[in-house]
Amino acid sequence: MNKQLFLAGEVKMIKLITTTIFFLGLMLGSANADPKKIGFIYIGPPGDHGWTYMHDQGRQYMESQLGDAVSSTYIENVPENADAVRAIRKLAASGHDLIFTTSFNYMDQTLEVAKEFPDVKFEHATGYMRADNVSTYGARFYEGRTISGHIAGNLTKTNTIGYIGSFPIPEVVRGINAFYLAASKVNPDIKIKIIWAFTWYDPGKEADAAKTLINQGADILVQHTDTFAPCQEAEKAGVLAFGQASNQEEFCPNSHLTAIEDVWGPYYAERAKAVVDGTWSSSDTWEGMDKGMVVMSPYNAKIMPSDLIQEAVAMEIALKDGSMHAFEGPIYNQAGELMVPEGEVADDGMLLGMNWYVQGIDGELPQ
Amino acid sequence: MNLDIVIGIIQIILIATTPLVFAGIGELVTEKTGVLNLGVEGMMLVGAVTAFVTLVITGSYFLAFLVSILSGALMSGLFAYLVLILMSNQVATGLALTIFGIGLSSMIGKQYIGTPIKGFNPYFFVVLSFVIVFLVHYFFYKTKLGLIFRAVGESHHSSHALGYSVIKIRLLGILFGGSMCGLAGSYMSICYAPMWQENMIAGRGWIALALVVFATWKPRRILVGAYIFGGVSILQMNLQAWGVNFPGQFFNMAPYLATMIVLVIISSNRLRIRLSAPASLTIPFFKGR
Repeated sequence: MNKQLFLAGEVKMIKLITTTIFFLGLMLGSANADPKKIGFIYIGPPGDHGWTYMHDQGRQYMESQLGDAVSSTYIENVPENADAVRAIRKLAASGHDLIFTTSFNYMDQTLEVAKEFPDVKFEHATGYMRADNVSTYGARFYEGRTISGHIAGNLTKTNTIGYIGSFPIPEVVRGINAFYLAASKVNPDIKIKIIWAFTWYDPGKEADAAKTLINQGADILVQHTDTFAPCQEAEKAGVLAFGQASNQEEFCPNSHLTAIEDVWGPYYAERAKAVVDGTWSSSDTWEGMDKGMVVMSPYNAKIMPSDLIQEAVAMEIALKDGSMHAFEGPIYNQAGELMVPEGEVADDGMLLGMNWYVQGIDGELPQ
Repeated sequence: MNLDIVIGIIQIILIATTPLVFAGIGELVTEKTGVLNLGVEGMMLVGAVTAFVTLVITGSYFLAFLVSILSGALMSGLFAYLVLILMSNQVATGLALTIFGIGLSSMIGKQYIGTPIKGFNPYFFVVLSFVIVFLVHYFFYKTKLGLIFRAVGESHHSSHALGYSVIKIRLLGILFGGSMCGLAGSYMSICYAPMWQENMIAGRGWIALALVVFATWKPRRILVGAYIFGGVSILQMNLQAWGVNFPGQFFNMAPYLATMIVLVIISSNRLRIRLSAPASLTIPFFKGR
């Protein structure tokens, strides 16, 4: 049901086919409505076993749920530059009804193409700019970081955590802060060493960063990049690690504590169904563990004591029912200013624009 | 800072730099014979995927590395046929080779993504990369055949007039370049980050190309340049982890920036650029003229 398009243009071919189908439809009289075409733009390959992999799992889930009512296409490895405009436009021009652009830095490109195609619906992942035909959606991954932080705070022996970041954008900074707040709560001596890789996807560089952090004394690695290279390095060096975006335990069975999994399928199915039913409207969705958009991979009983696993599970429940929040006041920034007062939690506006570290994290956030 | 950390940093630099040395020295030999092959990235990708798949199927590291060398050579052989026999434009053909390599490697590796393998000890290749660089230096500057190779790159008509086969020598230069790129690719997928992931070379082929210019076409300077590029990238990671405020973005473009500076310096003087770049670089050889 799905076919993969390559960037070099066969738009003409697609136009020809769609026109043919259109006239065939006219001739036969439309007994069955044409399937709605759903397009996806991926930053990496579906095989990264990380970010893009989970979006592709979501796409497949959507197809399995909606059957013949939809057909889907994806374009992989689309860079976050002017190429993205061409890729998105290509999907829009080839008759797609709904297009998911699945990386933060596709924001301007998505809006640009959306303006040209007012009848096509767009959904931009992790962004905040909307239009009549552009929705945004994201998941509260930071809830998972809270649990990772709690686990790391309990398990570290060197009190040093290595954190590999991609780009210093709010989504990543939020994760670092949530992680540190939870970790320092159980272990006030904890230090967090951060390396920005300035890429989402470069197994070699991610491995370099992992090795550097381990060399500097980190005994637990956290990553916010897309491949399982850091977790492999952790396994090699005999330290612990958290997987990213999908369960990566098979690549590092003796190091993998848990992973924060992104579950997009139900959302994709719901939005595609809305297009099929003609009820789609622009919206902003940001769901967490309570709606099942963020899920923790099975905790590794080989390396985690059972009472710690129970604590983690209890935290999941508390985050779901709202009795716990990842950003509970008092929270101070690095300059010592009170950002969230006692008894309050950070609101979504603050979370979405988070470009500061909480107190206790060393180093400056690159701008 | 204690000694262990310093040793650790050196180890990481050695591991990170080695693929640049292999690809760089391979491309240097190709360019020395007067041919510019921009397909480095594509050949590295094909080398990476063929080595990985061979290892998964046969379980033999030796076969994996052998197959990567052969597949790199095969890719460059295709390039050689196009530019030497059909006289196609070297720049366009090289770019096409990279695009072809990206697609071909994705296709070959599709079902092997995420297959776990056991990595191979990288230090064997670290040593090998030094040995190859010094052998290439010895070859070019201490042997007669090396002199002939250089002569072909400088003036193919004179070499032809002296009775040397320009096409044959260029073919050898291109094949050596392809083999080294294939090997560099297999090092990436089996030693450096043991996995197959699409596009996992992530621009190192382009850095290797820049490296040849940076080294002003001198074999031993490939080592110097590669270790500057690799060292800077690892040192900035260490600075970040120590909490030193540092513009990490800057280092993503550092290799290219450094290369541009070298280009400006060597181009500032006509004689200097003539002494550096092979004079016949990118010029096709027509026997008849």
